[in-house]
Amino acid sequence: MEFFRIKRDIPFMRSALTFNIISVLLFAAAVFFLFTRGLNLSIEFTGGTVMEVGYSQGANIDGIRSTLNKLGYADAQVQAYGNANDVVIRLPLHKGETSAEQSTKVMAGLLAADPQAQQRRTEFVGPQVGSELATDGLKALALVIFGIVAYLAVRFEWKFSVAAILANLHDVIIVLGFFALFQWEFSLPVLAAVLAVLGYSVNESVVIFDRVRENFRRYRKYSTVQVIDSAITNTISRTVITHGSTLAMAFSMFFFGGPALHYFALALIIGISMSIYSSVFVAAALAMWFGVKREDLIKPGGNKPSNSNDPNAGAVV
Amino acid sequence: MNRYPWWKYLIMVVVLVVGAVYALPNLYGESPSVQISSTNGGKVDNALLVKGEQILDAAGLKPDSADFNGATANYRFSNTNVQLKARDVLAKALNPDADNPQFVVAVNLLSRSPAWLTALNANPMYLGLDLRGGVHFLLQVDMQAAVQKKLDSIAGELRSSLRDKDARYTKLERVGDTVQGVFVDARALGAAKELIARQHPDLQLSAQAPAGPNSFSASLTPAAVTQEEDYALKQNIQTLHNRINELGVAEPIIQQQGRDRVVVELPGIQDVARAKDILGRTASLEVRMVDDSAAGQAAVLGQGPLPAGDQIFPDRDGGKLAVKRDVLLTGDNLTDAQPGFDQQTNEPAVFLTLDSKGARIFQQVTRDNVGKRTAMILFDRGRGEIITAPVIRSEIAGGRVQISGHMTVQEANDTALLLRAGALAAPMTIIEERTVGPSLGQQNISQGFHSVTWGFVAIVIFMSIYYMFFGVVSSIALAVNLLLLVAVLSMLQATLTLPGIAAMALALGMAIDSNVLINERVREELRNGASPQNAIFHGYERAWATIFDSNVTTLIAGVALLIFGSGAVRGFAVVHVLGILTSMFSAVFFSRGLINLWYGRKRRLHSISIGQIWKPEAAAATAGALSSEAAAGAVKSGKSLDAPTPRTTKPRRKVH
Repeated sequence: MEFFRIKRDIPFMRSALTFNIISVLLFAAAVFFLFTRGLNLSIEFTGGTVMEVGYSQGANIDGIRSTLNKLGYADAQVQAYGNANDVVIRLPLHKGETSAEQSTKVMAGLLAADPQAQQRRTEFVGPQVGSELATDGLKALALVIFGIVAYLAVRFEWKFSVAAILANLHDVIIVLGFFALFQWEFSLPVLAAVLAVLGYSVNESVVIFDRVRENFRRYRKYSTVQVIDSAITNTISRTVITHGSTLAMAFSMFFFGGPALHYFALALIIGISMSIYSSVFVAAALAMWFGVKREDLIKPGGNKPSNSNDPNAGAVV
Repeated sequence: MNRYPWWKYLIMVVVLVVGAVYALPNLYGESPSVQISSTNGGKVDNALLVKGEQILDAAGLKPDSADFNGATANYRFSNTNVQLKARDVLAKALNPDADNPQFVVAVNLLSRSPAWLTALNANPMYLGLDLRGGVHFLLQVDMQAAVQKKLDSIAGELRSSLRDKDARYTKLERVGDTVQGVFVDARALGAAKELIARQHPDLQLSAQAPAGPNSFSASLTPAAVTQEEDYALKQNIQTLHNRINELGVAEPIIQQQGRDRVVVELPGIQDVARAKDILGRTASLEVRMVDDSAAGQAAVLGQGPLPAGDQIFPDRDGGKLAVKRDVLLTGDNLTDAQPGFDQQTNEPAVFLTLDSKGARIFQQVTRDNVGKRTAMILFDRGRGEIITAPVIRSEIAGGRVQISGHMTVQEANDTALLLRAGALAAPMTIIEERTVGPSLGQQNISQGFHSVTWGFVAIVIFMSIYYMFFGVVSSIALAVNLLLLVAVLSMLQATLTLPGIAAMALALGMAIDSNVLINERVREELRNGASPQNAIFHGYERAWATIFDSNVTTLIAGVALLIFGSGAVRGFAVVHVLGILTSMFSAVFFSRGLINLWYGRKRRLHSISIGQIWKPEAAAATAGALSSEAAAGAVKSGKSLDAPTPRTTKPRRKVH
């Protein structure tokens, strides 16, 4: 089997401008939603109490809501969780009341309404922990960005490192944009997924940049655009297969992982899909706009040993 | 060129065997068990083991196995339902007096692995609470309170030393984070300053006098503050250990987190309310003298000013007493506290045992103060309450103290428990709490397991069809990666959580990337006309630079998560990072080994099984074709040639 039967290099960069405009629009939309709607942060960030309650027969969500209203928790959110029998109740922080009191009171109320109710999980996070998590998340993000830019600048060249990081931030922001638009719950595992996507997406750009560098060496007569096109064409098969595999895993988590992994898997699916697109059309195109040249990557006289030993060096197919 | 020296194969075999041995315990898994250990003099031995079995038999709960390991009796059960019932039955039968239990009956998980595995220290992965059920608390220690408590005790010492020297002060107490003193004359101030310089090097005097010339203000040096905070945290952790022992939890985790936090994880605990109650109580005990002077009593009744150096606390009967500020003894001097009954009156009582320093102080205090009252003040959540204020009848030597009067049996038990568990050096509050029921944990495990399995199966099927033999090798490498990842996690006894399982799935998805890079590269080399041996060689060589770069960048992200993550994120990051490392080994080194083993020895290799190599027609005609055995017919020319390798007329002999 061979999926890709490519006779000559696909002129990806010819449509770079179109795709970059689309990217800018998508990015702007994501930023817009992030600012207008904001992220639906889980209680891990905001502080509060989450309870998961299981019922033996379909949970009566309206009944639970009215029970909570009677207890004085009009601001509580009640949602079905995974299946019809489980509900998740979110209580924001209440002043002068500890989570212990909150959860005990709520559970007592629910048991009074239905003795079959079963407390499956309770989580309480204090407000200071939440804000720390948010800062730590931002710090982790900053460290990832800095580390990747530094590494790529050393291994390649600053134009590539800047192009890669912009492309990948583009992915991350768009994933966040989806979470803001649909108000999906943004929890700690989702944050982990987003940061993993950042690493993953750079991974993707690096594979293409690697090939760009190699093709600059190999095809001395090619223009920059031709080199980039050929690099993407050479690697497109790997790109699609690798992402297919990773997506298979992410979908497997999405379908079999249950509600606890639902948004985690969703963030990965969007992130992986975006990173295929961005490494081809955004990272490579940005590098092109920044004006990478053969001289940027191939230092005069500084050929790598693998190149000098390359029996196929200079071979044109 | 595609041969490994023997020692590389040896490494492969050794790694594989070690990986298999350490991953194996996870297959056996853990069985729910009930563990009986001793407390308050209960004796755990073979006789008790048999007795326990009889109790279980009578209740119709048959354990799968029962054993006594020298310290605890363990009964294993087939499921958690029976386990919980058995725990209740055993606890009831073995501890007839629930207020004074002789045994701790706790639920536990025991490895089902055979003894030889356990002897090799091979244990299953440690499952996080989200997978096994239990309670997680994050407690915040109030460090300011710890510092203030230290300053209070310094102020107390200064007061009594200055009294001995007849240096008179109108005020000497802690104000915020400082100790402030106001003296009647310069001589008294000088004496105080001299005393501080000599006896309290951890205090630093501030340059400003807070109230007039004959006053001072002093605070703890930064070093002393740090030391005090360290001490407070350690003591609190110790106290939590003691309290949790009272709860009967088999494998509690009590760990410091950051400068001022403590994580407590109690696997298998169902009774959250009780756990919270015991943990959340911030009792500390102080013994002080009661001020029964006329002025003191007048102050209690609100008919006069409070004498200097006094404080008023409520007692348990709704009354109030004036008590000296000076602390004679604290809970630190207490080594044991047991509930019991007064031999003469048969009233409930608490028996205290003091350490040698405490005994010495108490003997001196009781000698000097016969006929006066001491107050035992319990500070709970910052509020002091006088538990009891017994009259000192005679000098008490030897450090054995009995407190009796006005107590119910329950109160005596509670008081003894709190005193025995030790006081907290500083109050703590629960700032994070998670409870996961055991059924939810089971569900999380099976769902996580399913997502890994199905994703894995999908990848293996695709790879094997698309890349034929190379795909099978990639799949084997992927399986080895999973094996190694599980083995490393088991060896490190890192905690596996649900995000960890997710990271495992993601790691597998990403690990296949290295193999795809290699396989695509090998195909490309073939397409460009390289000989099979050359294609394998250069495929692996050239893919390596890319694999290395891309994995390092992913590793950077993983390490950042590890540094800044906590809880769920950290669980994810640990597996993520380990998965990248194991994938470099399995996808590059191990798969190369297998390919070398299969193809490397063949001198004249005509074709390799890596799926169809499609070529543009023109290229196929000019560059000389080579195709895989599986898809020979698919090449337009139908040629399956031993490709000419003009540029490598001298194949390198170097062994890779």
